[in-house]
This record gives sequence, structure tokens and C-alpha cells, in this order.
Amino acid sequence: MSDTPIDRVAKATPPSVAAKIRGFSDRTIAWLFVAPTIFLLLAVNIFPLLWTINLSFTNFRANRPGREVDYIGLRNYQRILTDGDIWLTMQATAHFLFWTIVLQVLIGFTLAWLINRKFKGNDLWTTLIVLPMMLSPAVVGNFWTFLYQPQIGLFNYGVSFFTGIDPSSFQMIGDVDLAPWAIIIVDTWMWTPFVMLICLAGLRSIPDYIYEAAEIDRASKWRQFWTITVPMVLPFLMLAVLFRGIENFKMFDLVVQLTGGGPGSVTELTSINLKREAFEKWRTGYASAYAIVLFVTVFGLASIYVKALNKVKER
Amino acid sequence: MSSYSITEPSPRQKWAAGTLVIAYAVITLLPLVWILTTGFKSPVDAIAYPPKIVFEPSLEGYVNLFTTRTRVTPEQLEALPPPATWYEEIVRDRDMVIAGPSRYGERFLNSVIIGFGSTFLSVFLGTLAAYAFSRFKIPLKDDLLFFILSTRMMPPIAVAIPIFLMFRTLGLSDTHLGMILLYTAVNISLAVWLLKGFIDEIPREYEEAALIDGYTRFQAFYKVVLPQAATGIASTAIFCLIFSWNEYAFAVLLTSGTAQTAPPFIPTIIGVGGQDWPAVAAGATLFLVPVMVFTILLRKHLLRGITFGAVRK
Repeated sequence: MSDTPIDRVAKATPPSVAAKIRGFSDRTIAWLFVAPTIFLLLAVNIFPLLWTINLSFTNFRANRPGREVDYIGLRNYQRILTDGDIWLTMQATAHFLFWTIVLQVLIGFTLAWLINRKFKGNDLWTTLIVLPMMLSPAVVGNFWTFLYQPQIGLFNYGVSFFTGIDPSSFQMIGDVDLAPWAIIIVDTWMWTPFVMLICLAGLRSIPDYIYEAAEIDRASKWRQFWTITVPMVLPFLMLAVLFRGIENFKMFDLVVQLTGGGPGSVTELTSINLKREAFEKWRTGYASAYAIVLFVTVFGLASIYVKALNKVKER
Repeated sequence: MSSYSITEPSPRQKWAAGTLVIAYAVITLLPLVWILTTGFKSPVDAIAYPPKIVFEPSLEGYVNLFTTRTRVTPEQLEALPPPATWYEEIVRDRDMVIAGPSRYGERFLNSVIIGFGSTFLSVFLGTLAAYAFSRFKIPLKDDLLFFILSTRMMPPIAVAIPIFLMFRTLGLSDTHLGMILLYTAVNISLAVWLLKGFIDEIPREYEEAALIDGYTRFQAFYKVVLPQAATGIASTAIFCLIFSWNEYAFAVLLTSGTAQTAPPFIPTIIGVGGQDWPAVAAGATLFLVPVMVFTILLRKHLLRGITFGAVRK
């Protein structure tokens, strides 16, 4: 080993100072930068999730911390799967999901298709249309209860203005048949812009030359729409449906403020039902099992869906 | 492209499309306009039928939003000295006197503290992580990134119970710090994904040049990459802020007083015999306006922000 003056200096320098001169190694920086994020997610997401799983096998009640906790095996899960009320909430959720997605896809796609005609001022109107989705669902939901009032509300007035129906003859929130539609309308109002934006991105990703080629082949406009536009936008549309599906499955704030689950429990979606079990009846163990069932359902459905989405993308 | 293109819509198509979109926009904006105007109506005008489009503007809603009032008898009112301020006058017209401030200001301040606190933290941590994911070899990088994203799929209620218990044990329940940490954890997935996209687009050559000039990795990061990523960081920050600003489920489940934000509070503004709609509308307006302004400023980054960059515009 040679011993040049530089080597001697290097050896004499303590390692900590050497590190300061050199700066941290890339590897150290990488870990230093990523660790806080991972740690935070483990502490605030993964740890609580594991705790929920643990609680789901117990009869724990969070409002009675002193009481002894028993592990009761799968009994909570058994009760959930045989509980008729939960199937009703699931049905209400499915109804809500189905109609919000159908309406938002239809209106959102149509709007995107129209905006893609590049008329004058389309950017301004797009921005304005997007506003509802940026607002607080709870605050907006609360104000919609005012708009839905049969005597004084703007909604009933608007309906009667266009159809001639007596505005005080129906109430959106208090009526068993109409209440689900009351939340579907507000959700559609809020989130159609989201679907619209994603469809717009899809439409703008289609290169002009494809249409030009189709035009040379004398494909009709209708045919171009079904063989070019729709298939090219479909992956985007499916992505929008995935995001909306997950969000609406966890829907809480808007519905709590709008109908509170009522009348009766016709608009009691799963997360409202869950909140009732966990924070009103304080059946913590049972609610934990319920949360896990919902979580597994979302993940299961989402992963099946993502597989289908990838197939569509590959085509 | 030539001035004439077969893919370019005809003027008539453009006109028709424009009309339909504007019609939709007008209908969709009506509820928002209604919130804004109701805030400036008197309680009587707010519940008039048919709904009043032309009305005499009043600041009563805003006065009611920020104050609590007590009713006094006409005799007591006579005995009082003349009103010192315009808002005192509005209240006296309704046979009431101001008893004190309402809790709206406090709640709004909580929203500001928690919103900005968690935004700062998630953008700070998110930038570091995004830089590392963008530039370094990290074992299981793709799995880690997917793990970060997947935390966003969890329904808030599913983790609310243990978080509630955990916060109670740690003394974090109903504190600003607790809510800041919680919202940071929710926002960080968005921050990492968005910022990674932005940083990926900055050429590596810039840093390499800086390293050759004798900068350390760390200096290259904050002297070269950070300024380049400034726009991306700003728009990420606004998305994080909008989320924590609007969040309701955790706020209502985990806070009760000191750290409660405005969204759970606004719906509880009650007047005589039910909700005081002008005051609710005033509270909602003050709360919604910042987000509306941000949305308009942000329109270019909108799509990437709401979809974690899963869709590239």
C-alpha cells in the first residue's frame, strides 16, 4: 500500500468529517428521504388497519375502556354475513353506485365530447363547470338540504317551473322513494366534472391522423365515433369509473349532511351504517369486522376491475 | 396542420357545442350562486316563496355568523345607549343585543392551522420521497410506490376506530398536531405521486453538472432540483390544502372542540326555529371562496392533481 501525503491526510481525517466533506452517499440520502413517509404511513395507516383486524375478533367496546376484552373468533363476521340490515345498506349502496356512475359517465362523456369541439371560450367554461367538485361535500350537502326544501327551496321551484308540478307536492329528502335520488342528484352535480375532465384527456389523446385516415376510407361520422372515439376513450373512462366507484363506496360526508341516512334507513349507505355501529352504538369489535368486510370488498372488486382495465388497455 | 382540416368541427357544430356546454354550466353554477346570494339576504328574504332573485342586500347573515346574540325586551332595548357600530344596529333591529363572538372564527382558524400545517408537512416529506423515488435505485421501488398509493383507497371509517383509540392513548385526540399528522398521512400519497411526475421531467443533466462543479448530492437537490420543481410543488401544495380544507369524516369523528375545523361546524349554525340559512350561506361562502380561487389558478394542473397523475394530459 502506498502512503502518499494525500493518503496520510485522508487517514488522519475522522470518518464523520470525511462524510461531511463528501456529503452523504446516495444510498443514505435515498433512505433518509423515503423513511419519514413510509414511517408515517405505517403509523397512521397500516398499524391502525392491523389493529382493526385484531379488534374484529373481539367484543371490545371503545366507550368502556375498563371492561375485559374477549376474543370471540369469527363470531362478528358470522353476524355481519347473516345480518339482514347490512344487506339492505349494501343494496342502497349498490343502487347509489349504479346510478351515479351511469349518470356521471353519460353526462361527463357528452360534456367532454362537446368541449372537444373547441368552441370559443371552452377553457373558461370548463373551469367553471369543475368548481362543484373542489368544494367541501359536507358544507355543500348541508346547503342542498335548503335547496331541496319543498316550500322555499330552489330545486322544487325549478322543477315546478319546467314541469308545472306543484312545488309543495313532493319533498326530495323526506320521501322514501325520492331520498335516494336526492343524493344521486347532488353526487352527480358534484362529480360529473371529474368524469368529464378524464374523458377530455382521453379525447385529446386521440391523434387527428386516425380520423383523417378514416375519412379517406369514407367511414361515416357515426362509424368513426364507435370504432375510433369510443374505444380510444374507454380506458380513460374506465379509470374514471374506478376512481368514482372507490370514492362513492366510501361516501360519507355528503350523505350524512344531506339525508343523514334517512328517511328510515333508505339512504343509509355502508359507511354511514358503519359509523353508527362504531360511534353511536359503540360496538367497536363488530364495527371493526364490518370495516374489514367493506375493505376486502372494495379491494376485491377494484382488483378484478383493474384486471379488466388492463385488458382493455392492451387491445 | 393546414388551415382546413377534416377533423376541425364546422362553425355551426362549435356554436351548438358551446351553447349546450354553457347551458349546463349555468344550471350547475346555480346552486353556487344561490349560496353566495343567500349570504346577503335577510332571513325573511332567504325563505321567501317564490325564491327571491331581486332582494335588498343585507349583512345580517354575516353578523349572525360571527356573533352570538340574546333577545331583549323592547323596554330593555330603550334603556340601552344608542348602537355604537353598524352590526350592533342590525342586531338591535331584531330586538337583540350581541352577547359575544361565535365559534366560527375559531373553527376557521383551526382549518387554516390544520390545513396549512398538514400541507406543509406532506409537501415537505413528499418532495423528499419523490426525489428519492425519481433519482435513486430503491429496492422494491414499484411495490413501495403502489403501497403508498393504496393507502388512499382505505375508507376513513375503516381506520377511524383504531386511530381514535391510538390518539386517545397518545393524547393526540382533538389536538391540532394529531389532525395535522393524520391529514399528512392521507395527503402524502398524492404528494409523492404528483411530485415524482414533476421531478421525473427535470433533466438529470442539471444535477450531474452541479455535481461536477463540486456540489454535494444534497446541495444539488436543493439548489438545482427544488427551484426547477417549484411550480409542481406549488400545485401539489394546493391540492393537499384543498383536501384537508374540505375533509369532514375524520374531523367529525376525531375532534369535538379545540381542533374542530369548519366543515363540521357550518351545518350546526342554528337560528330561531331551525338553520339560519343566511348565516350558513355566509359561513359556506367564506369557506368556499379560497378553494374557488385556487381552482381557477390551478386549472392547468387540475387533471393530474385529481388523478395522482394516472392520466397524463
